Amino acid sequence: MNMPDLQPLMPEIVFLGLALFVLLAELFIKSKETIGLMVIVSVAATAYMIPQSFGVTFSGMFISDGYSSFFKFIFLLNLILTILISIQYIQIERAEFGEYYTVLMFSTLGMMIMASAGDLIVLYLGLELMALSTYILAGFIRHDARSTESALKYFLLGAFSSAILLYGIMLLYGLTGTTDIMKLSSLLMKNGMRLQSIFAIVMVMVAFGFKIALVPFHMWAPDVYEGAPTSITAFMSVGPKAAGFAVIGRVFLTGLEGFSADWRLLLVVLSIATMAVGNIIAIQQHNLKRMLAYSSIAHAGYAVLGVIAGNTEGLSATMNYLLIYAFMNIGAFSVLVLLRNEQERIETLEQIKGLARNHPFASALMLIFMFSLTGIPPTAGFVGKFFLFRALVYSGYTWLAVVAVVFSAISAYFYLRVVMYMYMYEPEEGVTQDISTAAPLGLALLITSLMVIAIGIYPEPFVNFARLVVG
Amino acid sequence: MKYYLLIPFLPLAGFLLNILLGRRLFRSQAHWPSTLAVFGSLVVAVMVLMDVLHGKTLNHDLYRWIISDKFQVSVGFLIDQLTAVMLIVVTSVSFLVHVYSIGYMHDDPGYYRFFAYLSLFTFSMLMLVMANNFLQLYFGWEAVGLCSYLLIGFWYEKKSASDAGKKAFIVNRFGDFGFGLGVIMIFLTLGTLHYIPVFDKINTLTGQTINILGLHVNLVTLIALLLFCGAVGKSAQIPLHVWLPDAMEGPTPVSALIHAATMVTAGVFMVARCNPIFNLSHTAMNVVAVVGGVTALFAATIALVQNDIKRVIAYSTISQLGYMFLACGVGAYGAGIFHLYTHAYFKALLFLCAGSVMHAMAGELDMQKMGGLKKYMPVTYWTMLIASLSISGIPGLAGFFSKDEILFRAYASGGVGRFVWVLGTAAAILTAFYSFRLIFVTFHGEFRGTEEQRHHLHESPKVMTVPLVLLCIGAVAAGWVGVPPLLGGSEHFAHFLEPVVGLPHAKEVSHAEEWMTMGISVAVALAGILIAAVFYLKNPAIPRRLAERFPFLYRLLWNKYYVDELYDYIVVRPALGIANNIIVKFTDGAIIEGIVNGVPAFIGWLGAQMRKVQDGVVEHYASIMAVGIFVLLAIGMIFLI
Amino acid sequence: MPGTYLPESYLPIFIFIIIATLFGLGALLIGEIVRLRRPYHEKLMPYESGIDPVGEPRVRFSIRFYVIAMLFVVFDVEAIFLYPWAVVFDKIGLYAFVEMVIFIIILFVGYIYAWKKDAFQWE
Repeated sequence: MNMPDLQPLMPEIVFLGLALFVLLAELFIKSKETIGLMVIVSVAATAYMIPQSFGVTFSGMFISDGYSSFFKFIFLLNLILTILISIQYIQIERAEFGEYYTVLMFSTLGMMIMASAGDLIVLYLGLELMALSTYILAGFIRHDARSTESALKYFLLGAFSSAILLYGIMLLYGLTGTTDIMKLSSLLMKNGMRLQSIFAIVMVMVAFGFKIALVPFHMWAPDVYEGAPTSITAFMSVGPKAAGFAVIGRVFLTGLEGFSADWRLLLVVLSIATMAVGNIIAIQQHNLKRMLAYSSIAHAGYAVLGVIAGNTEGLSATMNYLLIYAFMNIGAFSVLVLLRNEQERIETLEQIKGLARNHPFASALMLIFMFSLTGIPPTAGFVGKFFLFRALVYSGYTWLAVVAVVFSAISAYFYLRVVMYMYMYEPEEGVTQDISTAAPLGLALLITSLMVIAIGIYPEPFVNFARLVVG
Repeated sequence: MKYYLLIPFLPLAGFLLNILLGRRLFRSQAHWPSTLAVFGSLVVAVMVLMDVLHGKTLNHDLYRWIISDKFQVSVGFLIDQLTAVMLIVVTSVSFLVHVYSIGYMHDDPGYYRFFAYLSLFTFSMLMLVMANNFLQLYFGWEAVGLCSYLLIGFWYEKKSASDAGKKAFIVNRFGDFGFGLGVIMIFLTLGTLHYIPVFDKINTLTGQTINILGLHVNLVTLIALLLFCGAVGKSAQIPLHVWLPDAMEGPTPVSALIHAATMVTAGVFMVARCNPIFNLSHTAMNVVAVVGGVTALFAATIALVQNDIKRVIAYSTISQLGYMFLACGVGAYGAGIFHLYTHAYFKALLFLCAGSVMHAMAGELDMQKMGGLKKYMPVTYWTMLIASLSISGIPGLAGFFSKDEILFRAYASGGVGRFVWVLGTAAAILTAFYSFRLIFVTFHGEFRGTEEQRHHLHESPKVMTVPLVLLCIGAVAAGWVGVPPLLGGSEHFAHFLEPVVGLPHAKEVSHAEEWMTMGISVAVALAGILIAAVFYLKNPAIPRRLAERFPFLYRLLWNKYYVDELYDYIVVRPALGIANNIIVKFTDGAIIEGIVNGVPAFIGWLGAQMRKVQDGVVEHYASIMAVGIFVLLAIGMIFLI
Repeated sequence: MPGTYLPESYLPIFIFIIIATLFGLGALLIGEIVRLRRPYHEKLMPYESGIDPVGEPRVRFSIRFYVIAMLFVVFDVEAIFLYPWAVVFDKIGLYAFVEMVIFIIILFVGYIYAWKKDAFQWE
């Protein structure tokens, strides 16, 4: 028997090995900072291996290319930023169990496998590894009922969606006799069973829609995002979402290319529903974490637009948007982490009244992230939306771009309300606005805010990078 | 020549340092980052000037922000002779004003904020003059306007200050609207916003017309006039001059930097920069010349009777800016820029001297309550005297060369030029008069203030007087680079700028005529000073009797031709009236309010309904997902099969 | 062709399952039919002639049972994989040996982890 080429798989193998090492290490090392540092070193080693890993192995089941690498960088970045904001936060929440870091790594490993999956079974494998790990992470504050509840909800609905995905995969396999993503389209066309094919596409789309929280498969998101530890919310709102987009791009744009008119119509419906529900309900939220949960739903609605555009320009716009979104969203959650002190969680609009007076820096950072999430130049959010809408207009969906802009305008209401509460009100009586600063958290805030501004001011290399990777 | 980038970005760094760390870290030392940054800029600007003198110019896109086919938003720098001159003017005056402010603003609670704004202003102004495209010019244009607003209203707890800030902002809106339209027109017709291609291609538009409400308007003329609208607002020309005198509510160093030396001259700079556009339209050129000439005379007459020391200088600034436009309008862009450059020094000096006087008088602005300050503050007196001599046009000083150049070029261009020459010469006599009225009333005679004020009188500290002396050198010597051939010079300045703005097309003018114009301008300057001396030194009763003899004229001037009142009647009140009665009560109350409040209220209501679905029960969530699946399947079956 | 394939070789198993089910249900059913039914209080008590029960009959299982169950799965799965591997070991050679070693190492890491976390201690 021949030895398969392991080169394309090397980053994942190394990452798995290091994750196991970290699992053992944290049994013996008590200092969480050391563990965090080990994770970051592992990430660096893995990131270093990714560019050298290009290739296809296990007869097309595992693909390492520019596309998957771009997403892997997002995942690893997400992991690093999450680690940075976690180190002190989980101590404050009294959830500093050692498994935290390992489970984060396993989840990231699952995402990496998803991005590289060339086969539906491998895809499912990665998806489950990622999902099971995030269920655990969501319930990590064991003594907090909200956290446990969110984990259980996430698990139940996640299992539901996994079943639907398996059903879709089964239909596809039944129709084509293969699970190889690259061969699906031509075999389905040859087969000619259109009704069954649409059925299968809907099932797969529902399962992916669940992962990226498209309406109406988003129901888990607000509750889980609110209940989970804030650092994990930041992680979940970026990583699994980006992973979901990675497989959507792979499965729909290459695997089901022949059915693009069909899934485009379905995605248009979902994206409009998502932007509408996400933005409109967010207006009603007074809890910032919940507001950001709805905002992240809405942002998935924007990001799908690039997939709908359906060409390399659109896909690269989506990827670019996800990268930008990673920075601005984790940044916004980092500010919330910053606002968690020993006594209380500062999470509601009332509690951040007049924050600018007590903490000008924290407020300024929040202002940057809110501007970016709204899409106000010269922040990165503007650049991301600009290229998304542009790709959409160029592929003939001008009306959809207009709809997206309208919802984007609505979103200004609740993002800028945060700024208003911070800057234009006096602090509420009896609210202690103590913040908990730590060097790693500061570093995360520095990275995210600088990148949000840098991409906003100088988007060209990032845009070109995404284009290059897709093209 | 990459180091040129330091010029704008050093002040930007100064701004960021001060705004972020100023309040906590620097506090009373907040002047260090800003002042050092602008000093660095000055040094680099001198190096750039050296390079440009050696013939090295540069047009370089630093980076492109957003590219969408033809529409490019980029940050780029054009460094040529015109830019080099502006860089020297902006950085040198800015540096001296920074130093002066250390003394003037000390103890102010907003010390760090003040220096942060100054740095931001310097950055914006430098970006404006270094731009290589119209969009960046527009960015700088608006940014300096914003800084001006922030600095005029710096003492925002004072109502008049914040009102003045608002007035400056709103009046500028009128001009900027036209300017913005002009930039859009350029993009629509030429498809690019970069200077070089625009100026290369603008010829292709000659003779084209555009239909506006049935009128066929020459396209180039339209573009030029729209651009000029912006200049009128920013450089406070008639009819948008009303904001500048009120802008004197800001701290005096701000008046010197922004409202005398740099920002207000941006309009002149822009017209000179766009000379290929203006040259193609006689109409536009004549409009520029006449607006400039009329403003020069008009503002000078108002300055005759004002008693507020800063307002006199403010009207003087408007008048001098009129001269610069006058020069541009007759095609003598070089002369206009030359005057811009000399004016920056002597006018900044006048303002800083006025600030020094105010410092000694504990904020007093009324000249009538001063007098005899000469012996208390000799440095201020002598420097201000030299600045006044310079602005009056006494031979040998900076103002003489530039003003004489303008008047000569106006005369030489014939036609409209002759007319504006008459206006300019008339304004020159008034200039000399009001400048020396200021000197005589403030520094000579008896002290007329309170005993307490007299007790407080003192010369300003070194940190304030040294910049005065340095600026004084500029006010004397700045003109020596442009000595006309008639006096044995060789007009270095005009030749230096020739690659950018060309040389004016003069008719053949004899030496005799050249001597004549020069003679007249010297004569009127001396006459103005003499009359002032008679009125305010020899026989102080004359002004009062004149005022009694011509009460109507006096009141007209005293009330600045009632322009503010006129605007109040024809613009502000109708606007407010419409706003209050129609907009607030009807449109706003019923329609806009209905929409503006109604839509969010509706969306809010919708949100409230929609969130009810989110009830926290997992079974419901799963059911909703299932419904979603069926809906998708239904859509698939209905539309796709 | 999809849909036409009939798993004939599984037919005996299918029949076996049906018979087993019928057998179980049938036994219960017959018992229900033929047995006498004379209920009285003592007879209905969980423990005839015992002590009256106190409290809820539903008690929480100790979480430890779950840990044991999971440990069992880990080692059971290992054993299940080892059987087929052992059967064909001589055909697939060194590569499979290395692969199985890696698999066992990963399980071993889990074992150390479980040990260190006191999963083998009841208290």
